[in-house]
Amino acid sequence: MNQNIWITFPELLIWFPLLAGLVAFMIRKENVVKNWAILSSLITLGISIVSIVYADNSKHFYLNNVSYFWLRYLGSNFTLGLDGMGHMLTALTAVAFPLIFIATNRTSYKSANAFYGLMLLTQSGLMGVFTAMDLLVFYFFWELAVIPAYFLCSRWGGERRIQATFKFFVYTFTGSLLMLVGIIYLYMHTGPSANADHSFSMNAIYAAMLSPAEKNWLFWLFFIAFAIKMPVFPFHTWQPDTYEQAPTSTTMVLSGIMVKMGVFAVIRWILPVFPDAVTRFDNIVIGLSVIGMIYASLIAIKQDDLKRFVAYSSIAHIGLMCAAIFTKSEIGLQGVMIQMFSHGINIIGMWIVVDLIEKQTGTRKISELGGIAHKAPVLTIFLVVIALANIALPLTNAFVGEFMMFSGLFTFNFWYAAVAGLSIILAAVYTLNMIQKVFYGEANGVTEKIQEISFNQKLVLTVLVVMIFFFGVFPQPLFDVTKDTVLNIITRLK
Amino acid sequence: MNAIILTAIWGVMMMLGGAFIKSKTTPKYLAIIGLAGILVANCMQMNSGTAFFMVDVKDMLHFNSFNLTFINVAFGCTLLFFLLSGRDIEKVGENVSEYFALIFFILCGVAIISTFNSLVMLFIGIEIVSIPLYILTGSDKRNLKSNEAALKYFLMGAFSTGIMLLGIAFLYGGSATGSFYIDNIISGNAPMPPMIAIGLVLLLISMSFKVSAAPFHFWTPDVYDGAPTVFTSFMATIVKAAAFFAFVRLFENAFGSMHQQWQTLIVILIAATLLIGNLTAVFQQSVKRMLAYSSIAQAGFMLFALFALNNLAKEGLVLYAAAYSLASIGIFAILIKMKDYTIEGFNGLGKEQPLLAVTATVFLLSLTGIPLTAGFQSKFFMLMAAVQTGQHIWLVIFAVLCAAISAYYYFRIIQAMFFKEAAADAVILTEDITPAFKILLLITAVLIIGLGLFPHFLTNWLYF
Repeated sequence: MNQNIWITFPELLIWFPLLAGLVAFMIRKENVVKNWAILSSLITLGISIVSIVYADNSKHFYLNNVSYFWLRYLGSNFTLGLDGMGHMLTALTAVAFPLIFIATNRTSYKSANAFYGLMLLTQSGLMGVFTAMDLLVFYFFWELAVIPAYFLCSRWGGERRIQATFKFFVYTFTGSLLMLVGIIYLYMHTGPSANADHSFSMNAIYAAMLSPAEKNWLFWLFFIAFAIKMPVFPFHTWQPDTYEQAPTSTTMVLSGIMVKMGVFAVIRWILPVFPDAVTRFDNIVIGLSVIGMIYASLIAIKQDDLKRFVAYSSIAHIGLMCAAIFTKSEIGLQGVMIQMFSHGINIIGMWIVVDLIEKQTGTRKISELGGIAHKAPVLTIFLVVIALANIALPLTNAFVGEFMMFSGLFTFNFWYAAVAGLSIILAAVYTLNMIQKVFYGEANGVTEKIQEISFNQKLVLTVLVVMIFFFGVFPQPLFDVTKDTVLNIITRLK
Repeated sequence: MNAIILTAIWGVMMMLGGAFIKSKTTPKYLAIIGLAGILVANCMQMNSGTAFFMVDVKDMLHFNSFNLTFINVAFGCTLLFFLLSGRDIEKVGENVSEYFALIFFILCGVAIISTFNSLVMLFIGIEIVSIPLYILTGSDKRNLKSNEAALKYFLMGAFSTGIMLLGIAFLYGGSATGSFYIDNIISGNAPMPPMIAIGLVLLLISMSFKVSAAPFHFWTPDVYDGAPTVFTSFMATIVKAAAFFAFVRLFENAFGSMHQQWQTLIVILIAATLLIGNLTAVFQQSVKRMLAYSSIAQAGFMLFALFALNNLAKEGLVLYAAAYSLASIGIFAILIKMKDYTIEGFNGLGKEQPLLAVTATVFLLSLTGIPLTAGFQSKFFMLMAAVQTGQHIWLVIFAVLCAAISAYYYFRIIQAMFFKEAAADAVILTEDITPAFKILLLITAVLIIGLGLFPHFLTNWLYF
């Protein structure tokens, strides 16, 4: 152990938001707690940026990895570590929260201290998921990230929030419990650790001795848990309801970051542990993903509610990521890495615009809106850019990722790629249709009073649009950061 | 030995003292002081073998760190129960010191059934636990429901005791040496002689009655519902955990070597208990009845200790006893303060009494088995123990699906507390909440989270 380091990046990324969240609970004044949330999330962002500067694990291993004794006699240590994928996703989490807080600064919440406290606790839980290098620690954070989100959605959401959120909770809880059985079973087949007969550490889990038959059914215990979270068809039914009912800032967290937990977990805990089962079931999973893409895109065309519209378009995008993972190709995986980041940025942008429209007009019905472009041209420009990124036009960040994922899918099987390719066309149809109906045409009574956006929102949207173009033109930083994870996974798969 | 004799003496003293003490609050303090002293005495025996009484028990009782730790857990939880709900015991009726005396007798029985090494001691211990419980159940004399519950409990209890006695007789007759010592009944894994098999099944049935495992659970909801809520809290937690400990101790020491032959029976019990407990709890409107059914559901998880019978299972059982007792005592202590025992009665508690609602949430999350709480660790240990046997993985999967169902009814209370508004003029609580009560609830919640993070602080004691 390097004596000079007294605290490491993963610890900072988890403990700081946790402490900030606990402090937020105690701040009674709404304005103060809002500013505190923004300030602390900016500090977290700062930590994350510094951690990326020191991302190279061959040089700065002790800055990015740490392990404490925990349940020593069970062979579980509190091990945290940041590899490329971890850096990228913690950075996404760190970027997203300040943007969300600033963009929704005008929204006022009942008992704001609890709201911001829970938001920051969610952030801490998410950081834990992305940095856990021990399967039991991972499970802890996996569950704990959901609990504050549950309270956020049930307390501050829309009219049917309690039922919708509970559906979400029961889905994910059932999935996690199945995964828990899988975790225990895997653990019982690992080699001994220093103090126990078995071990939960990542390397021990990767090296677990299992027969092919056991791997096959364990694969499903894990995959169902992650598929519910992503969500992949047919486990997606909780998602539109929850996104619709949750308060928009929480929806941003759920769709921008929390769904990445599922994608992340498949890459970290399924591909290296059950490579044979992945090969065996790849057709089923990719088939389901492709069906989900087409299905969600078709429903998105028919949606009249803006929130549900974005929710379904998100299912389609996630489906592509899931399919690309199971092609097991380097290019596909690399594409997923890029797309995880890009999708997080883009969808948060979409939600910000939806939130603005809803706050000003009081409706989310596409049929009731129209002609916003005349009233708020700046907002429209932002939205069009974000929407174009959403359909992965060249020069935008999503293009890079989607192109690579499609290449991966293409090398895997032409027909899957062909069918999945339809979803690009459908995405263009529903997105452009939405833009046309909401922003162009004649302004009506509802959109008459809409005003141009405020400075805060301009700032956030500008940051998002800059990131969209920057990573669209120059995605190299994302490649550099995540390269090591991809190579590791690919070598394990061979 | 300290624990058994001291609880008996203190119980008698409290009972006699009741004739002289006129104040209604004094017995509570006496009970708390006495129990704390007994706890210390038990710890002394555990750490250094200090025994205040030299009694030759002829090996009919066995003291080791494992069962002494369990006694500590049970007595510690009772102490917490006294502190949290002592004032409510005073409200049940006139004879306050008798109630405390009866609880001390029960604790004496608890100590016996956690240490017995002979079937006779098991029988005596179970009787010492049961008879005061019948009285406590009926202690709300003017209440018809309480009387009904007491009678029902007595009849069912007497019935199951009879079955147990019959089972013991069969085992005595069937064992090669004609002995009551549990480790002499059988040896090796030879096929069971018929007498032993009959005795085993009879004991299994009577113990299942005591721990309310399905299909022998029918008395539980009525008795738990009818008894005064304070005593339900005690019955559903400490007594139940002790009965479980005796159950596992009996089957491990007496029939452990034939585990394979009777494991299937346990599998059926687990599946039935989990299914019935969870499904029925979903439909309850009264929180008290819901907790009764949930205690059946939790019993299903505790039965995994019998299914697995390995070290993890025994650690898990002690952990489960602590986790489940702490959470249930806490939630019952809050329930007693509620005016309306239905789930709607909890509406708006989060606004009126944030601390009560937050601690109640911790207790409910622990009962559901969410990480960071003791409830998760105890379920986790049980599932690990079951998976370690390598058999009946389907049962483990079934159990976690049942745990997912349990989220439904526990979360209904959370939803009521935080996300629903109380009616404008509704009175949620029956009395003011004292700061001491709040602090104790907070301590309980902290204990639960502490055990959830570091379960080995408890389980390590088992091996000293």
